[in-house]
Amino acid sequence: MSTTAEPEPYSIGVAMKRKEDPRFIRGRGNYLDDHSLPGMLHLALVHSPYPHARIVKIDKTAALAVPGVVAVLTGEDLAAHNLAWIPTFHGYDKQMVLCVGKALYQYQEVAGVIATSRDAAHDGAELVDVQYEPLQPVIDPFVSLTDKTLVREDREAKTNHIYHWEVGKRDETDAALAKADVHINERIVFQRCHPAPLEPCGVIADMNPGTGRLTLILTSQAPHAHRTVVSLVTGIPEDKIRIISPDLGGGFGNKVPVYAGYVVAAAASVVLGVPVKWVETRTENLTCTGFARDYHMDVEIGATSDGKVTALKVKTVADHGAFDAAADPTKYPAGLFGIVTGSYDFPTAFTELDAYFTNKAPGGVAYRCSFRVTEASYAIERAMDILASRLKLDPSELRLKNFVRKDQFPYPSPLGFVYDSGDYHTTLKKALNKIGYAELRKEQAEKRARGELMGIGISTFTEAVGAGPSKHFDIMGIKMFDSAEIRVHPTGSAILRAGTKSQGQGHETTWAQIAAEELGLDPQNILVEEGDTDTAPYGLGTYASRSTPVAGAAIAMAARRIREKARIIAAHLLEAPVDDVEWSKHAFNVVGIPDKSITMQQAAFAAYTNPAPDSEPGLEATFYYDPPNLTFPYGAYVAVVDVDQETGFVKVRRFLAIDDCGTVINPMIVEGQIHGGLTEGFAIAFMQEIVYDENGNNLNTNFTDYLVPTSLESPSWETDSTCTPSPHHPIGAKGVGESPNVGSPAAFVNAVMDALSPLGIEHIDMPLTREKVWTAIQAARK
Amino acid sequence: MFPAAFDYHRAGSVDEAIALLKQYGGDARILAGGQSLIPAMRYRLARPAVLIDINPVSDLGYIRDSDGMLVLGALARDAELERTPKLHDRYPLLADVSAVVADPVVRQMGTVVGSLCHNDPAGDWAVAALASRAQVVVRGAAGTRTVAIDDFLVDSFTTAVADGEMALEAHFPAPPGRNAGSYQKIERKVGDFATASAAAWASLAADGTFAEVGIAIGAAGPTAKRVVAAETLLRGKKPTRELIRAAADEAAKAADPSADGRGSVAYKKAMAGVLVGRALDGTCKRLGIEV
Amino acid sequence: MTITVTVNGTKYVRDVEPRTLLAYFLRESLGLTGTHIGCDSSSCGVCVVVMDGERAVKSCTMFAVQADGHEILTVEGLAAGAALHPLQQAFWDQHGLQCGYCTPGMLMTSYVLLGKNPNPSEAEIRDGLSGNLCRCTGYNNIVKAVQQAAATLGAAAREPEAVAS
Repeated sequence: MSTTAEPEPYSIGVAMKRKEDPRFIRGRGNYLDDHSLPGMLHLALVHSPYPHARIVKIDKTAALAVPGVVAVLTGEDLAAHNLAWIPTFHGYDKQMVLCVGKALYQYQEVAGVIATSRDAAHDGAELVDVQYEPLQPVIDPFVSLTDKTLVREDREAKTNHIYHWEVGKRDETDAALAKADVHINERIVFQRCHPAPLEPCGVIADMNPGTGRLTLILTSQAPHAHRTVVSLVTGIPEDKIRIISPDLGGGFGNKVPVYAGYVVAAAASVVLGVPVKWVETRTENLTCTGFARDYHMDVEIGATSDGKVTALKVKTVADHGAFDAAADPTKYPAGLFGIVTGSYDFPTAFTELDAYFTNKAPGGVAYRCSFRVTEASYAIERAMDILASRLKLDPSELRLKNFVRKDQFPYPSPLGFVYDSGDYHTTLKKALNKIGYAELRKEQAEKRARGELMGIGISTFTEAVGAGPSKHFDIMGIKMFDSAEIRVHPTGSAILRAGTKSQGQGHETTWAQIAAEELGLDPQNILVEEGDTDTAPYGLGTYASRSTPVAGAAIAMAARRIREKARIIAAHLLEAPVDDVEWSKHAFNVVGIPDKSITMQQAAFAAYTNPAPDSEPGLEATFYYDPPNLTFPYGAYVAVVDVDQETGFVKVRRFLAIDDCGTVINPMIVEGQIHGGLTEGFAIAFMQEIVYDENGNNLNTNFTDYLVPTSLESPSWETDSTCTPSPHHPIGAKGVGESPNVGSPAAFVNAVMDALSPLGIEHIDMPLTREKVWTAIQAARK
Repeated sequence: MFPAAFDYHRAGSVDEAIALLKQYGGDARILAGGQSLIPAMRYRLARPAVLIDINPVSDLGYIRDSDGMLVLGALARDAELERTPKLHDRYPLLADVSAVVADPVVRQMGTVVGSLCHNDPAGDWAVAALASRAQVVVRGAAGTRTVAIDDFLVDSFTTAVADGEMALEAHFPAPPGRNAGSYQKIERKVGDFATASAAAWASLAADGTFAEVGIAIGAAGPTAKRVVAAETLLRGKKPTRELIRAAADEAAKAADPSADGRGSVAYKKAMAGVLVGRALDGTCKRLGIEV
Repeated sequence: MTITVTVNGTKYVRDVEPRTLLAYFLRESLGLTGTHIGCDSSSCGVCVVVMDGERAVKSCTMFAVQADGHEILTVEGLAAGAALHPLQQAFWDQHGLQCGYCTPGMLMTSYVLLGKNPNPSEAEIRDGLSGNLCRCTGYNNIVKAVQQAAATLGAAAREPEAVAS
């Protein structure tokens, strides 16, 4: 038997060290607040202490008297420039920039103070005298839906109901549920949380009278989309607007929306003719910027008595805060929630959602997930465990019994997706094997006999990412393609620009790796740039794990266009017909004559010095990629926990994540993404929530109360992978940055509920704080 | 967040600090570690008109172990205790605390005496100080006095340090013979204030009974609280499982916490009991006693 | 008031308001923007610098005037010209950073940690870094980076000639 070793990967699959790191480890990153422009002023915002109030009067006098304060802007001032309201990203609503007549959530931005120094701006902000007339706030979405108190007077429809969305077959699903042997129905809540990147949001707005251009150095995950929005809102043509998104200290969805500070800084710069900088405080970040989740889901599953699922129905109440600022594609107000059938082959399914306004901060951003996919994955994975418990089936058995089979792909789901590829059975079995599942169950039995609470939790999620095909997806009308432009220099290195914007995902390395593979160049010599709308091709940015599926494809396709041009040059150099020249082993040669080859470097040099006749000189290409479908990365996660019954503390003893994202560009970077996402999922499962009390006070205004786990609380993560490439993606890659945050919350919660199951406790909502676990144990023991 | 403006004075000696305190009265605050004061100033919850920086005072950072007492100067940093191995044997209760106060970076600036003076209801050092029957040396223009910790901790964020005075030292007694202690803390994550905490300290008589006992709980009322009933149960007795459980129950009863994001009243009271039990278990283990 | 602070070996004489926090002084008066700001409550540690070679301090929780007469080491002072400090090299080798925002603080806290405990266990590293938050890496690779740096610095301490050659 021949043992041919796997060829060494050329570029894709290489765990190469990151090209962007040298500046970060030296403290030479260029984050927003590191920038300064001559003559720059500073903006500080004034916030409403009331969750719902009429604004009676704003007195600027004392603020204006502070030395250094130049101007104070209110909603009224913005109205004069038609900037009091801006559209929200997904078209169902508009939002105030600064309060117009009313404050609609605690900490809502009421005024902006511009001054010569940061200190003066904050001193001034403290002295802006606002008179409020407090009104009754609406905090509970289930109270909001009664319409007893209206949150939004400005809207035509006098109701707190924003929209209804549904997909699937209602009657067929209801019928199947009615006649199911077993029917579970559980209220599963995904709590409001916040992406909280370590770098807060900010902008330097520079309306330069000399050039007539408005430049925004902006913490933006989607600079081109932001440029178009700014143009539509201000009337300034796009050629006169430049957005530079610099190094970003994390995004996780938080840097997708447009915030009051951005607009006020821009307006101030336009009016004053000098640059204006706004950098938010952590408090502002947590209280005003895009929150995530806040879905109250009633999940019903019907099944036969031997564990075959027959129907899924999910009804959701969504809390959007005071404005529906959810950044979702237009036709998908509930994002890709239709992925809620998960990895299972449901014969029929139906889901509906109703969204409501409340007096809380606006949003619904995708916090390290594809739009609403985390909510959906959590719901189905929790519900399947509840079903397993009801059926007295092992949760792994129930899953294996109901997975979509490998031969069923491409799989049309009952809620409208066509899953591209997957092999759920193999991946779950690998996870169970690696974690030693059978031994763990044995250990659990022994511990249970001694009254100890140990739990094992599984999550086998499938997510839908890579938005998306132009047929279905747009944001404010702009289709969700993405783009790449590559230019090869005479001496064989290259520059690559893409329409995405990394916030730590390592695009400067991975995009170079894709191009290097396709072009036979050294990735160290492919310079990658993103974020400057003057130079980068138009893209929809980086969020919802779309970069590799869409821009990654664009890069491969642009590189292939270059390769085609280079083939013509190679044929010219080889003095052979173009059709006789092939690309093999990262070089060009005449078919059948492998020894005489032309490298891409040689072709590039010739492109400038000895171009092929009837052919353009130079060597570059652009590609705008419209994906034919979403991609469907998936995984199998297993968590092992031990519960301290006296205190309710849950120790995560082990966590194994097996991810399948198809082709892996850089395994080291993918592994890092998994670690990071798992830590965020861990935080959500055990300690994160944005809570408003019944009076509308935000109780989590800083990192003292909105908890980010440290290296001490965070478990040590174990990772592995399977590889089921996407058949429709040029390099078979699916994207993976958010899978761990999508798939892990259910694994943690399933593990804790498994630990508590001897006590008859069926479900506890996240976050699983010590007190919640302890209280459930106490109640069960009574 | 940005502090409001203030006047800044540097004290080169304790006498200078006292003189500045006298000059500026209630408008002035002492700046030592600053790890509680400066965050409050950033939120503008604290707005002292004057800060008197005592960090330049060169001989205030001492940690002296002598005459059966650990003496900490006002500038002795949490981290210095954490990093002093000999303390871990002789003062295990304090060693425990020094590893869990705030976080490892804050500990490099934060001071024990400063924490006692700040007297946050959920602060760690006050709990250990009560259990250890510590004392605080306070000096003002009128002279120096030594205040027992029970009298020092007056109310939330209020101590016996009067206007014009500053705390100079903290004394933690370590009588001859076997003694040990243990500190237990529930925090949601490193850097969070305690959800509940408990300190136990005991010395052993020759006949194996507890000669002296100190039991205190934190985040259980306006200030850290001595659980007198628990101490009475154990003083002069050989520790047993039943006695420890009874002492723990007394702690749960005595706890008077407020509900907040860290927990409800019911949870915090229950945890006060659990942690006192664990602190006593830990103390017994360190004394080499089987219960 | 006028203060004299030695930062990364260079003496600076500057006028500051007492209320100016050390972090903003470093970033704005001295242009050393490697030290970052991430929160309002001294919780996140992205602002950590080293004082007098031996104390990691949160520079957002200290006034610039307190640094008068002291030495401050920031991330910009770690490398010796083109030669990276073993910690910097290790963070790069072990993929201990993604967005890079927490990295300077992690490096400076680790610098002091290894100075006091040259051979820390994983548990000691996790404990020692628990005053520095990271949202991207999940900490696994940061721990590996500190372990690598400890090994490198340990080897250098044992064989200084070999390393220098």
